[in-house]
Amino acid sequence: MRSHDSLKQMSAKIKAGPYFVNLSLLLLALLLSVAIGAVFIPPGTITRIILDQLPFLELTPDWPDSFRVIVLSVRLPHVVLVALTGAALGGSGAAFQGLFRNPLADPYLIGVASGAGLGAVFTMAIHWPETFFGLYVIPIGAFVGALATVMIVYSLARVGKTVPLTTLILAGIAVGSFTSAMTSFLMLRSDAQIHRAISFLLGGSPVTGWEPVLVVLPYMAIGIGLLSLSGHVLNVLQYGEEQAKQLGLSVERAKMFVIITASLTTAVAVSFSGVIGFIGLIVPHLVRIIWGADYKRLIPLATIGGASILLIADMLARILLAPQSLPVGIVTALAGAPFFLWILRRAKTEVFW
Amino acid sequence: MLSIHTLTVSYNDHFAIHDVSLHVAPGEVFALIGPNGAGKTTLIRAVSGVVQILSGSVKSGGKDIRELSNSERARLISVVPQARQIGGAFTVDQTVMLGRTPHMNWLGRPSEEDLIKVQWAMEKTAIHHLRDRRVAELSGGEQQLVLLARALAQDTPILLLDEPTNHLDLHHQSQLLNLVCGLALNDRIAVLMAVHDLNLVSSFADRVGLLVDGSLVTTGMPKEVLTEKNINDAYNTSVQVITHPETGIPFVLPDRK
Repeated sequence: MRSHDSLKQMSAKIKAGPYFVNLSLLLLALLLSVAIGAVFIPPGTITRIILDQLPFLELTPDWPDSFRVIVLSVRLPHVVLVALTGAALGGSGAAFQGLFRNPLADPYLIGVASGAGLGAVFTMAIHWPETFFGLYVIPIGAFVGALATVMIVYSLARVGKTVPLTTLILAGIAVGSFTSAMTSFLMLRSDAQIHRAISFLLGGSPVTGWEPVLVVLPYMAIGIGLLSLSGHVLNVLQYGEEQAKQLGLSVERAKMFVIITASLTTAVAVSFSGVIGFIGLIVPHLVRIIWGADYKRLIPLATIGGASILLIADMLARILLAPQSLPVGIVTALAGAPFFLWILRRAKTEVFW
Repeated sequence: MLSIHTLTVSYNDHFAIHDVSLHVAPGEVFALIGPNGAGKTTLIRAVSGVVQILSGSVKSGGKDIRELSNSERARLISVVPQARQIGGAFTVDQTVMLGRTPHMNWLGRPSEEDLIKVQWAMEKTAIHHLRDRRVAELSGGEQQLVLLARALAQDTPILLLDEPTNHLDLHHQSQLLNLVCGLALNDRIAVLMAVHDLNLVSSFADRVGLLVDGSLVTTGMPKEVLTEKNINDAYNTSVQVITHPETGIPFVLPDRK
């Protein structure tokens, strides 16, 4: 009990500026992520290299030219992609938890992520994109995979006119296992891509540079933008479908909206960063403990927090066995699985839900 | 004005509600009584639009609720559910604000009027001092008041309550029902509520309907419905009904065997 009390005190203290706290943490994580690597580049230098890119600012370079290349062409695009991926996973995780009214829900639960993974690997297996515009096909493949999975799950789970959440989750697990098996099968059949595909599925980005960032950015903007508009309907859905109807919500429309936007967001995250678990589970849960259950705030905060936490995990992945870097999915799973069990234990005793 | 006309609801192959007709006028408190499984809750749910109606109609101000969208219907009919699923993680004022959902758009950003109605609902129910507390931390009686405040914020001419006094102590039972009666009278709300405790019914209801096996056996003033014969037949038990010497309202005492 005492740990919960101190947790409450701590959360009361930082309640003041949730956006300020989260954005500061994100900025710190971004700077550190760019700084850390085979060569350490001081955050001050990084800031000046970036500022130097602005057309109206002329700074006298006091840094080696190699630093500029490392920062601008290697680390920054990687870090931005990681941040966007984390943001997408955090935001869609919060939305799925709200939709299923289940603290253990995340994009994997209803098979969306596995479906997106299958779509992405399928697209890569057909033809590895060589051009910039070819890259655009991967998120589309992932989105089609995710959406097809959701639709199959949804229709399997439907009982009469409504979709009870328990059958939805069961159908999700079944279809998710099937799509994962299909993905493994595809990987075994296409030798040439196997290495890239394996590293992809462990949560390592198969492509580098600014291209993937530019490809995911529009999808992300739409997905995350629409998700953060659904806070109110998710709040109403917390009372269950019957009360939500009595409160005047068009329940089926609201559920479809959240499912489609959250699937889009998950699919984009999966398409270039692979299957990274637990971010969509951990981050919304932490945000809920500290800043409360209001989804109007929870979705944007989990989005920002997801970016920070995945950046930290990515840093660990690069540092732990340096110079070799681990797939970030391994780090999130190692940290996330115990956290999952902690939530499971807490769910019995505390009502944060 | 709530008008239920020859309403029939079926679950699987049997009638949960069979051919029920009743009217509740603005300002009137109508109590539904009957043994467990008689269909009180089903009737409340059907009127609130969440149960499929087989035949007959539920009308509010002349409009058939089946022809209304969820939000149109929720601007006419609000429901105080049994306090099981209460969304305990929300604070009290977040909860009451969600009662404004049918008056809000998709984004749920409160307007000036929304804030005023929420304020009014919290003052009426005297939960203003609890506004920043999480609902899960409150007592059962306070939670029931929060749910009533949420329904009041919905600002509807018809209010449905499903066994609102279950699990409440005497003080909270009387507080809640006095509040409901005052609202009916002052704000001209038509109240339909399912209640188990027959003595509360005789103290607070204007009219009573006795449901048995989904059919409305009899309706009328409490003293007309709460007779020994009616109750003994409906509940398959034996009771004595005593009339209060001053107010003339009936009191129901179960016999000890």
